[in-house]
Amino acid sequence: MHVLYQTWPWYISGFGIGMILLILIWFGKTFGMSSNLRSLCSIAGAGKFVPFFNFDWRAQRWNLAVVLGTMLGGFVAVHFMSDPTNVDINPKTIELLGQYGIDAPNGKLLPDALFSADALQSPKTVFILVIGGVLIGFGSRYAGGCTSGHAITGLSNLQLPSLKAVIGFFVGGLIMTHLILPLIFNK
Amino acid sequence: MILKAFKYIAAGFVFGIILTKSEAVSWYRIFEMFQFQSFHMYGIISVAIATGLIGIQLIKRKKVKDIKGNPIVVPDKEKGNARYWIGGTIFGLGWALAGACPGPIFILIGAGYWSLLFVLAGALIGTFLYGVIQRFLPH
Repeated sequence: MHVLYQTWPWYISGFGIGMILLILIWFGKTFGMSSNLRSLCSIAGAGKFVPFFNFDWRAQRWNLAVVLGTMLGGFVAVHFMSDPTNVDINPKTIELLGQYGIDAPNGKLLPDALFSADALQSPKTVFILVIGGVLIGFGSRYAGGCTSGHAITGLSNLQLPSLKAVIGFFVGGLIMTHLILPLIFNK
Repeated sequence: MILKAFKYIAAGFVFGIILTKSEAVSWYRIFEMFQFQSFHMYGIISVAIATGLIGIQLIKRKKVKDIKGNPIVVPDKEKGNARYWIGGTIFGLGWALAGACPGPIFILIGAGYWSLLFVLAGALIGTFLYGVIQRFLPH
């Protein structure tokens, strides 16, 4: 039983994610998480101001149901299926994080230095989280998809545009991790 | 309505558990991946793509019908350059900064990590911003 509480191996997890993609295709839908952000903007009334949001989001309700499911899944996995061996990352990574003043995982999914209630007292942390979100939202809509839509679905379907987008994801990620994060966390 | 929604909620539920238990939702795992200090995330992404690739090929060759009996069509992505290179890079910057992509943002909020609400708020602002300036951008 406890093997379920430990970190799931990459080959099982990857296979599971691939199967979710195939099941959604079998349901007659396309796997993609970021399009829900557009739906949420439309539900909030953005269509009155910007034509891009004036679309039939009701046709996307199935995807919002997927989102609801992911939230429930996250709740169950975190509260009932976790144990202290989780997030056993490379000791070299932990050492590097230490230099940035970021706490080691010790079983946690997220660093307290960025996500704890205490950290949110600092305007800098809130700014980091909001700007991170803005880049994610803007970038995924500009590129027409995120990790699920391009990296998983697009590459599975041998789409050249998705390959360009995924190369972009990694270029951006490497620039952030190696050039910008050291500036942000430099004490 | 509820019954129709149930299969999507169930698919999402399993997806949420897999992403959490594989730790793809973890800021640490994303940081470690971009430091090239673990194979874990690369393994997850590669096996997911391989599974999808084989499945989609089988669906196309065997002409599998969807749940309602309609032929399955996996839509092609629009051709383009700027939107994929630039949009992708902008997304990557955010992915590595917040340590979450859109799926994990929702998953973590569901799990009770309320600080992700700031990331979600930012993501909605970013999406809105794209809608506003879309026609001025090269695609």
